[in-house]
Amino acid sequence: MNVPVLNASGCLDALTAPEVAATLDAFVTKTVTPLPREGNPPPRIAEVDGWMLNSIGLQNPGIEVFSTSVLPRLQDLGVPLWVSVGGFSSSDYKTCCERLDDLDAAQVIELNLSCPNVDEAPETVVELVQASRSATSKPLYAKLSPATPDIAELARSVADAGANGLSLVNTLRGLALDQATLRPRLALGTGGASGPALRPIALACVYACANAVELPIVGIGGVMSGADVIDFIAAGASAVALGTVLFADPLSPARIRDELERARSRGYSSAVEIRRLAHGLAFASRT
Amino acid sequence: MKGQHAVLGSGSSQTQVLGTARRERLTVVDNEAVGPYVLLRLERSGMEPGVPGQFFMLEAPGQLLPRPMSLCLAPPGELAFLLEPIGPGTRALAALAPQERIYVLGPLGNGFDLAVERPVLVAGGIGLAPMPYLSEALGGPPALLGFRSERHAEAARLLPGAEVVVEPRLVTELLPGEPSDILACGPEPMLEAVRELAPSAQLAWEAPMACGYGACYGCVVEVEGRYIRLCIEGPVL
Ligand SMILES: Cc1cc2nc3c(=O)[nH]c(=O)nc-3n(C[C@H](O)[C@H](O)[C@H](O)COP(=O)(O)OP(=O)(O)OC[C@H]3O[C@@H](n4cnc5c(N)ncnc54)[C@H](O)[C@@H]3O)c2cc1C
Ligand SMILES: Cc1cc2nc3c(=O)[nH]c(=O)nc-3n(C[C@H](O)[C@H](O)[C@H](O)COP(=O)(O)O)c2cc1C
Ligand code: FES
Repeated sequence: MNVPVLNASGCLDALTAPEVAATLDAFVTKTVTPLPREGNPPPRIAEVDGWMLNSIGLQNPGIEVFSTSVLPRLQDLGVPLWVSVGGFSSSDYKTCCERLDDLDAAQVIELNLSCPNVDEAPETVVELVQASRSATSKPLYAKLSPATPDIAELARSVADAGANGLSLVNTLRGLALDQATLRPRLALGTGGASGPALRPIALACVYACANAVELPIVGIGGVMSGADVIDFIAAGASAVALGTVLFADPLSPARIRDELERARSRGYSSAVEIRRLAHGLAFASRT
Repeated sequence: MKGQHAVLGSGSSQTQVLGTARRERLTVVDNEAVGPYVLLRLERSGMEPGVPGQFFMLEAPGQLLPRPMSLCLAPPGELAFLLEPIGPGTRALAALAPQERIYVLGPLGNGFDLAVERPVLVAGGIGLAPMPYLSEALGGPPALLGFRSERHAEAARLLPGAEVVVEPRLVTELLPGEPSDILACGPEPMLEAVRELAPSAQLAWEAPMACGYGACYGCVVEVEGRYIRLCIEGPVL
């Protein structure tokens, strides 16, 4: 089974670890915003109860420096590039998409519509997708939050607004307290929770959206092994992205591909076949 | 998975922080108490010990993320780490038994600059960890150690000949009056105090780290109003 394996945005720096980026089918950048951001004060990360909490706060050089000096260096790596963009208003998303529109190096734009660590834009997710659509003809992937009351409904709306794919999911907001002092362990209090515990939540989102829309889905959330990839494909994803697992194991892309290869020798050969197992016949005949 | 290992980089490009780092599954030789600390000895296999002050990411059984540890000693065929069990990760590492195996990634980061004329090593508490290997590389220079109790001070045996103080006395009281090249590791207030007295000192800092190779932006420290990643710019700054 040939499943594209990407990194999750913010979980790899291809310039400091090019040998890891080279093992991916595409490299997804950390979210870029119109203006440079220093990010949130430390401590920014903590491990708690099998989850990782992070509050990085979208540290990035801004779209201008990114476009002129980071993107060309990423292009030299020879890996297909997805650029994640974010912001605090629809005009921020528009600015970033416009700037990237005529840069060939950016093959896909992923819209980070769901960072739990910075202020939210006043507009709705659908308005942000519409603004982005008006600014670029590149493929747009909408990255959604698992903390969405009806994610299938939202998926239909972002599809209507012009998204070409979905990235599911971003982190969930969480809090960890220092046991001795009962003070929050992260400087800004809460952070985004990621890791294997997010997987069943992410799977439920992928499963619901795959039934609701025809868009391709990148499954994200606690992928640790080849078996997890098979779960995401069965639920309806057509690719996966690795996040937290890359921190523990920079060799995980190759390992996970090996594990997928071995799954094939167990008899799983096509995505359609395993999707039919998870969703029943109706779904399989649709795809 | 058995004996998985790989060279992660060619080390040919300056931007490749993984450089000559490898990731291997190493076997525990022994875990010995040193006062309240624990000396975790691992079979070295194909791993390089690196430069003193560099660190390794150690898989902590039952934990999602590995934990950063400075190399303490590099006896033939082994890598040894000095741990202070203060939380779930360090306690899991301290509980490892001989023959158990853990994944180790390293060496990572920038170690101490060894081209110094009058080295003096200064450490507080678990900041002792990188000093035995550093002392060996520098031919046994003078060393000053501070601990919070007599029991913690038992660990000074890892650095024979060092001058030792126990709180309420502070290690900074021992700093030499004459010019010297200070290489220090310890809690943040101690490092700040050392820097106050010796602005050119080389200081090994700590920050929570998820990856150790520049991937997560979790380990930043503020330097001149900017956040830099301690794992790739440090930990020695
Ligand atoms: C480059 C580098 C090198 C390091 N080298 C070593 C080394 O050689 N040996 C070593 O023992 N450690 C070393 N550390 C620190 C070590 O990585 C951490 O102590 C470890 O990650 C803590 O993990 P944990 O799960 O045990 O505790 P955590 O869950 O991370 O922390 C548990 C609790 O302890 C509190 N806490 C944190 N630090 C302390 C402290 N010093 N004393 C008391 N409570 C504390 C936290 O606030 C938290 O509430 C190094 C760190 C870095 C960045
Ligand atoms: C340290 C860290 C930084 C992240 N930064 C971003 C980011 O800049 N943009 C984004 O869309 N998602 C970001 N994420 C979310 C991940 O891309 C991913 O959606 C999430 O971690 C779930 O996957 P995982 O469980 O495999 O880690 C970040 C996650 C972590 C842990
Ligand atoms: S520990 Fe991940 S960037 Fe430094």
